[in-house]
Amino acid sequence: MATIYTLGIDIGSTASKCVMLADGKEIVGKSLVAVGAGTSGPQRAIDEVLKSAGKTKEEMSFILATGYGRNSLEGFADHQMSELSCHAKGASFLFPEVRTVIDIGGQDVKILRVENGAMTNFQMNDKCAAGTGRFLDVMARVLEVDVNDLGTLGAKSTKYVGISSTCTVFAESEVISQLAQDTDKCDIINGIHQSVAGRVAGLANRVGVQDQVVMTGGVAQNIGVVKALEDQLGRKIHTSPLTQYVGALGAALFAYKKACK
Amino acid sequence: MAKEVSPGVLALRKVVDDVHADARKAKAEGKLVGWSSSKFPCELAAAFDLDVMYPENQAAGIAANRDGEIMCQAAEDLGFDNDICGYARISLAYAAGKRAARKFDPETLEYIIDPNSGKPLKDENGKVIIGEDGKPVKDPKTQQPYTVLVDIHEIEALPDGALKDKYWESIKPYRQMRIPQPDFVLCCNNICNCMTKWYENIARMCNIPLIMIDIPYNNTVEVHDSNVAYVRAQFDAAIKQLEELTGKKFDEKKFEQACANANRTASAWLRVCDYLQYKPAPYSGFDLFNHMADIVTARAKVQAAEAFELLEKDLEIAIKEGTTTTPFPEKYRVMFEGIPCWPKLPDLFKPLKANGVNVTAVVYAPAFGFVYEDLDGMARAYYKAPNSVCIEQGVDWREGICRDNKVDGVLVHYNRSCKPWSGYMAEMQRRFTADLGIPCAGFDGDQADPRNFNAAQYETRVQGLVEAMEQNAMNKEG
Repeated sequence: MATIYTLGIDIGSTASKCVMLADGKEIVGKSLVAVGAGTSGPQRAIDEVLKSAGKTKEEMSFILATGYGRNSLEGFADHQMSELSCHAKGASFLFPEVRTVIDIGGQDVKILRVENGAMTNFQMNDKCAAGTGRFLDVMARVLEVDVNDLGTLGAKSTKYVGISSTCTVFAESEVISQLAQDTDKCDIINGIHQSVAGRVAGLANRVGVQDQVVMTGGVAQNIGVVKALEDQLGRKIHTSPLTQYVGALGAALFAYKKACK
Repeated sequence: MAKEVSPGVLALRKVVDDVHADARKAKAEGKLVGWSSSKFPCELAAAFDLDVMYPENQAAGIAANRDGEIMCQAAEDLGFDNDICGYARISLAYAAGKRAARKFDPETLEYIIDPNSGKPLKDENGKVIIGEDGKPVKDPKTQQPYTVLVDIHEIEALPDGALKDKYWESIKPYRQMRIPQPDFVLCCNNICNCMTKWYENIARMCNIPLIMIDIPYNNTVEVHDSNVAYVRAQFDAAIKQLEELTGKKFDEKKFEQACANANRTASAWLRVCDYLQYKPAPYSGFDLFNHMADIVTARAKVQAAEAFELLEKDLEIAIKEGTTTTPFPEKYRVMFEGIPCWPKLPDLFKPLKANGVNVTAVVYAPAFGFVYEDLDGMARAYYKAPNSVCIEQGVDWREGICRDNKVDGVLVHYNRSCKPWSGYMAEMQRRFTADLGIPCAGFDGDQADPRNFNAAQYETRVQGLVEAMEQNAMNKEG
């Protein structure tokens, strides 16, 4: 029987990700471009994944788009679904025992309740950037460090510094004020991680956190946030090296399901 | 083809139109016109034949007519914080004399059309006509002048003449932008605590009497006798104030008739609400929100009772004939929690329609249908409003409606205008899922201020809810 190739495309607010699956099991290609909806990112990510896998669009049995910019692929994708279901699906593929998914994206925080590999309920943040990936981007810029280094730097902290968790703009002012007082950057970064974790933990507790807990999205690469969240929730949090691709992976899995119908 | 409107709906529209027309006429004749909070005992005002307008309904109408933002901003310019309820801000701006108006050239007195307004022009085949600039051509018949803010006190100060007349004419013509200024205010804070300061401000701004009935938050499901005594005493005080205001004696017969009308209206209203239990439902919960204008503004009028009874007959026929006002097949049924985002109704409706989601339960609407037997019962009834009851009562109301109306999920509006309501929603959501086994999705918005709503965020949450309901149904089927 011929191999069924499916493509999942996750167009977020800050990045575009693609995952190509063979027979809904094997990842045969993936791509990530660090710009998202409304940019050249989605097309570049699609071109890249097709090229890396040596495939064409026509060879895809089903293409499914997800993420904030999912509607922009109308005509290209065969179907679109919310990133909520796709993250739950992708996380279940990587961690079959998962019951709670925490996804911190560029502008959204999602807490997903998962049963039998599918999302059955969820909570999302309100209209506020606090606790999102954008919050960390803003803070990294003020601190003049690479956002990817926040985790390592925060781990060197020796003293707790409290940062407001209520507003990105005011938290930025607080960070500037701490810098003016010569507070160690590592301590400030640790405070920022605690702030993000506090916001996310509050949301997670609304849904009711159940083991296994899996964190997805780019922020899951930040060990400082993961550790702070583990402390605040009192639970082990599982992450994957594929964390940024979980939404696209879920989309490719749903695409496979659709292709087999 | 124009959508056919049922006799009941037409009758309900006429009732509200008449209430507004009567108030405008009364004002023109020099009679007193009051403004009232939505759950002030209307039976008291009816006993004195007073014409009363309802700022909450007015604000909803102004917001639905897309003038919420300019009025909210006007209130903010007066010093009211943008954290205050959007209805309150609109009403306070209106009370201060601010109006949304159509812009005109003071030299020519011609309206200045906003080129971005209007619907796309379509050809004879219904296809949108595209202009040379590649954009849809606007139908000139649907284009409107720019909206500007005017002040009635400034207009009054102008010398008599064509310019002054034009300013009066330029005020938007829909009824909610044309309600008379108040001569007194009737405030009952059972519907929301914000009312107290809102009405106090109106009374001070307009230098008019405030008649206040205080109904404190009740942290028990039961309304105790001491609570009833507290409210009964305030009814007596309000009657005394109304006697002083009108120079008339309290007319017990008129009061009893008003109570009978209110009970008849409420009973018919509750029976109309119950039609949402049918599967598929003969109409949508959003229709109920529209009919709330009647239950609030005309509850003590016999015409309202008759119109709801007529609507009931329409619905009975709809059930027999299998028709519905919902313009799509009902795939999922949800409870919509909270007040709609009036300025964004099309955005609110679009993803629901796209996913076959019908709103078959709303808690706000039946909360206005209460029936009582005597004065103590009336005091007890007014003690129970959505924001004056404890969480156990609130959950019980909602879960009852969810069960009766067979919903698959709950869509919760975290209303920036309504902190008391939205505050306990997180816990309610948790209980709905635990007790009913249905998914819930919350979204940020506002009942009147469009700046607090984001369509893209809302769409994702609705889609997520639909996917969760789908999964839930599959799990139940095994």
